Amino acid sequence: MHLKINLFMNNYETVFITTPVLSKDEYTRTVKKYTDFIEKNGGEVISKEDWGLKQLAYPIQKKTTGYYTLLDFKLDPLLVKKFEIEFRRDENVMRFLTTKLDKHALAYSVQRREKLNGKTQKTEA
Amino acid sequence: MATQDEIKFLNAPKLGEQKKKYCRFKKMGIKYIDYKDPDFLLRFVNEQGKLLPRRITGNSLKYQRKVSQAVKKARHLALLPYVTDLLK
Repeated sequence: MHLKINLFMNNYETVFITTPVLSKDEYTRTVKKYTDFIEKNGGEVISKEDWGLKQLAYPIQKKTTGYYTLLDFKLDPLLVKKFEIEFRRDENVMRFLTTKLDKHALAYSVQRREKLNGKTQKTEA
Repeated sequence: MATQDEIKFLNAPKLGEQKKKYCRFKKMGIKYIDYKDPDFLLRFVNEQGKLLPRRITGNSLKYQRKVSQAVKKARHLALLPYVTDLLK
């Protein structure tokens, strides 16, 4: 199999909502499945952020709360479709949204992450 | 008591004049509207959760489109409701 070394990778960010009934390790296993998919396919996970249990604005699949997770990553554009099929196949994920980051969005996400980390560092220091 | 016509204004009452509307994104130099924080997007949505028109928000066309895209993404992620009452 010709190993396709792909240097051109776009920046993406995905927010997905998992059902609140998941146990802790089931949740980490689900997230790990997606980060592994990215790493295996030559992508790079930049950051993983979970917003915890949040109230949904309208019920999804008869549930009013959901566990939100944000994934910032780089991936080969051709593989994003396969990545999303993984989400569709997974019953634990109620909803997901992948967006491509242009340069303004990328600058914003980097700045947002610094502000977030800055805050946590301040509390630790 | 001073009758209506005796009241003298120091300067002319500015009733008809309308506050000059400006696009807040151009003025503040915001380049990207984030669909992930709903509190910012709430300003562009009325009580029923519907998008406010440009003549009310005063946005320029380019940024009004970005706002509407961001609101629709936020609705998809259940950060904003599609329709509700007394949102604010």
